Amino acid sequence: MDYFISEEQQMIVDIARQITDERIIPSRAELDENHEFPRKILDELAQADLFSVLIPEAYGGFGGGCLDIVLILEQLSRGCVGVGTAFAANFLGAYPIVLAGSDEMKQKYLPAIATGEKFAAFGLTEANAGSDASGIQTTAVLDGDEWVLNGTKQWITNGGEAQIYTVVTITDRSRGPRGASLFVVEEGDPGFSCGPKEKKMGIRASSTTELIFKDCRIPKDRLIGRKGTGFITVMKTLDLSRPGIAALGIGLAQGALDEAAPYAKQRKQFDKPIIAFQAVQHLLADIAIGIESARALVYAAAKHIQAYPKDMSKASSMCKVYATDMAMKATTDAVQVMGGYGYMCEYPVEKMMRDAKILQIYEGTNQIQRNVIGQELNKEYSK
Amino acid sequence: MLKVNEELCIGCGICEESCPFGAIEIENGCAVIGESCNLCGACIETCEVEALTLEVERTAKVDIDDWSGILVYCEYRRGELAPVSLELLGIGRTLADKRKVKLSAVLIGYETGETGEELIGYGADIVYRVDHEALGVFTDENYCAVVTDLVKEHKPEIVLAGATAIGRSFIPGVATTLNAGLTADCTQLEIREEDGALLQTRPAFGGNIMATIVCESSRPQMSTVRPKVMKALEFDGGRKGEIVDIVPSPAQLKSRVKVLEIVVEEAANVNIQEADILVSGGRGLESAKGFELIRQLADMIDARVSASRAVVDAGWIPYPHQVGQTGKTVAPQLYIACGISGAVQHAAGMQSAETIVAINRDKNAPIFDIADYGIVGDLFEIIPRLMSKIEERR
Amino acid sequence: MNIIVCIKQVPDAKDVRLDPETNTLAREGVESIMNPYDQHALEEAVRLKETHGGEVTVITMGPPQAEEILRLAISCGADKVALVSDRAFAGADTWATAYTLEQAIRTLGDFDLILCGKQAIDGDTAQVGPGLAMRLDIPYITCAQKIRESDSNRFIVERMMDDGYDVVEITLPALLSVVKNINEPRVPSLKGKMRAKKAVITTLSADDINADHACIGLPGSPTQVVNVFPPSARGGRAIFTGSLDEQIDQLVDKLIPFIQPGGAQ
Repeated sequence: MDYFISEEQQMIVDIARQITDERIIPSRAELDENHEFPRKILDELAQADLFSVLIPEAYGGFGGGCLDIVLILEQLSRGCVGVGTAFAANFLGAYPIVLAGSDEMKQKYLPAIATGEKFAAFGLTEANAGSDASGIQTTAVLDGDEWVLNGTKQWITNGGEAQIYTVVTITDRSRGPRGASLFVVEEGDPGFSCGPKEKKMGIRASSTTELIFKDCRIPKDRLIGRKGTGFITVMKTLDLSRPGIAALGIGLAQGALDEAAPYAKQRKQFDKPIIAFQAVQHLLADIAIGIESARALVYAAAKHIQAYPKDMSKASSMCKVYATDMAMKATTDAVQVMGGYGYMCEYPVEKMMRDAKILQIYEGTNQIQRNVIGQELNKEYSK
Repeated sequence: MLKVNEELCIGCGICEESCPFGAIEIENGCAVIGESCNLCGACIETCEVEALTLEVERTAKVDIDDWSGILVYCEYRRGELAPVSLELLGIGRTLADKRKVKLSAVLIGYETGETGEELIGYGADIVYRVDHEALGVFTDENYCAVVTDLVKEHKPEIVLAGATAIGRSFIPGVATTLNAGLTADCTQLEIREEDGALLQTRPAFGGNIMATIVCESSRPQMSTVRPKVMKALEFDGGRKGEIVDIVPSPAQLKSRVKVLEIVVEEAANVNIQEADILVSGGRGLESAKGFELIRQLADMIDARVSASRAVVDAGWIPYPHQVGQTGKTVAPQLYIACGISGAVQHAAGMQSAETIVAINRDKNAPIFDIADYGIVGDLFEIIPRLMSKIEERR
Repeated sequence: MNIIVCIKQVPDAKDVRLDPETNTLAREGVESIMNPYDQHALEEAVRLKETHGGEVTVITMGPPQAEEILRLAISCGADKVALVSDRAFAGADTWATAYTLEQAIRTLGDFDLILCGKQAIDGDTAQVGPGLAMRLDIPYITCAQKIRESDSNRFIVERMMDDGYDVVEITLPALLSVVKNINEPRVPSLKGKMRAKKAVITTLSADDINADHACIGLPGSPTQVVNVFPPSARGGRAIFTGSLDEQIDQLVDKLIPFIQPGGAQ
């Protein structure tokens, strides 16, 4: 279906599509097998200006919005969700600076992110703080002109590969949610290190590590926004980034359909291509329905978010849940259509199915998203 | 200009469909020729009412009758004569006999030894031997100057060279300087009965189309000829001929390009265009290691190894081994395609092989459309068994 | 370093076929693309510009629609483009094309380097590059696979040969034709695409480049195509039958004549 995107957006799609077809698809199996970070592909994305899309024009960017990122991520994940995740996590790391950083801070970091010279990551999750962010134990204490950070972040995408980390800490435990603050930590800061790369079920092209802070001393001006506003910035960041995860789901499901449908046309059983059997047709039809309805929802949610920055949560959560649950089902069914071949590593759909699972888990599990939607409904109907 | 006779045109649209450039449209029941017309003439023959004509006014640039004889450039590099040189003498002899003219060869190199005499044994009447230290390594400008001056002096009507890296590099320079027509990569050469002109046939559009080309009003008529297509004559030590030694003038040796080093790769096994048998690997090999199997089979049957674009791009084997549209064009006696699907871009580079064997898991792979013999199955199973059976049988 | 890149718009050859029944070109769905080798030439030019500064000018001779590939060239890093286009150029062979490009380049002014693809995939002739260099009286190298060193008046280049490669030194101004392993062309950038959208494309006609009408187009071409026909069809679809072992036996029967000492026949 035609969603009547703008001419500039079509350009963005064309570029992302070309990189996906020419660079990502030919190398995805190898990246997955070797748990290899897609450095070359990210350089290519940077060269094509795609890292500049979300950065405001004043800082050397394109000044695009949520839908622009959605369009890119949808293409990239059609090739590989691992690559898409690395790309998305960069923006997740950059959002807090865009949303709450001072002009000096933006000048310092955003132009380098726009050119792809510097890569970003976002540090929120800890061993005891997943869905429940109030469990955060990493602390930051002001000591003279420096903040001193202590604690460990877990499962941080782009860990060890990024140069800029936006990290959530507790600066005043007594104030509850208003006691959290966000900081920029740079690669090489004293007392900061990354753990070994985690081995994962899927999205193996992306890097996932711990971030370890042991008396990590950083200058005072690394505080993002005001002290105590960390939690609000984190919520806004996630609201803005979730449609991107939804986009990963659409692209992934599309990629699976693009494998399963031609296979069904070519594979013959009982002297007929299996696509001639309704049992197979219905599986494919349901995948197609899922993709198109998710796409319509995600694009609409992205536009809504751009237009109503104060009313993002519900739309953001709804599209994330819907598109990623759809992707899980679509990839599972794509494997089913391809039968034994689909289960073999030689064909890409088994990787797609492994990759799909994380989409229901990260950036807020789909259960938490339903809580958010439920709470929003509760609020709406209390008026 | 391509002209439409509006009286005759019935607006049937056949020409519109035949135009490779999409330059013809039917408007108000009549063909209209658009901007992108390339005067290729493809439409003219398709027109059933003969409404299309191509008129070309041409001013003859040379007096054709002044030119006579056939000259063949014989390539000599690193102490060896390129095999295509003998093939050129073979076809050159046929053409010369037909035209009742002499066949000359030009041999350029250093310390060429008995090669000049050898060329006579393979059919040359005259050998112009330009044996000089400065010509021991190939440079476009020096080779170009030597051949150009020789052509200017002797005025042959036809000049042939091999479509090798060297031939395809400097022969266009010669043709440009002589204002001569040059046809690249010919696979067939004949004399037109009515006027003795050279009919040069070559594949175009990646081998999907054959085109026959003539030089109506210019001389010499120049062609580069694909290796392995023409047949060399049997060597006849009793043949008589004349060797003319030529000393290059300083003006001919002023190359602005200097060769610093010559790097020969894999003991010349990369020259897949000269191979009689090629064992070729594609994506079905699954990894760079898969190529080991291909190499073993190639070693066993004295073949060279080539590859499809996909595996070259994947870095499993270097680019000089690539067969296809953006690689090399080969015409071996036997081409064994292993795990190659045979997309048209690949077929373009190998469909003139004499015999094609395909081994592929996918029975619908297009390679089977052009293969003479095919086995559908897992090449990792088939090739080892094939090798042990060959071993048993010989 | 001011670099001129010569590019050509070609039909995507996978689509071009001659209908063996009607002997005409089936052009349904044939897409036009920038000749693949030329993409590598453009990429190399942009990289040289990024190292040495200067400008990359891209020219193409072709119909008005060839404007498309010039816009693509801008989006991939070209600074200036020129479309050499005139009805009078139609039907040019390699000789007339080299003449036309020479005239166009002389009109455009000074340059240090000309880059072009090794050959165009529609004609596969590889003749225009050398022809152009000869006409401009500059040295040339065909099939460049690597530029090892480059400075303002001297390049050291690897030239691909049939048996390996030669390392050669060439003085500028010069012309290089490139093969595809010289680099990996970049994907167009967003800024580039936006610039390409706005760019005004200059068209140079035969008169603009002071072309002698006797030297251009079909009348100026020493070679003429007198016949086009489809290649003779190959065997095809002779897949062996029987068990795998039997199939392999049948294949060995066919292979033995080729691999016995003495070769085929």
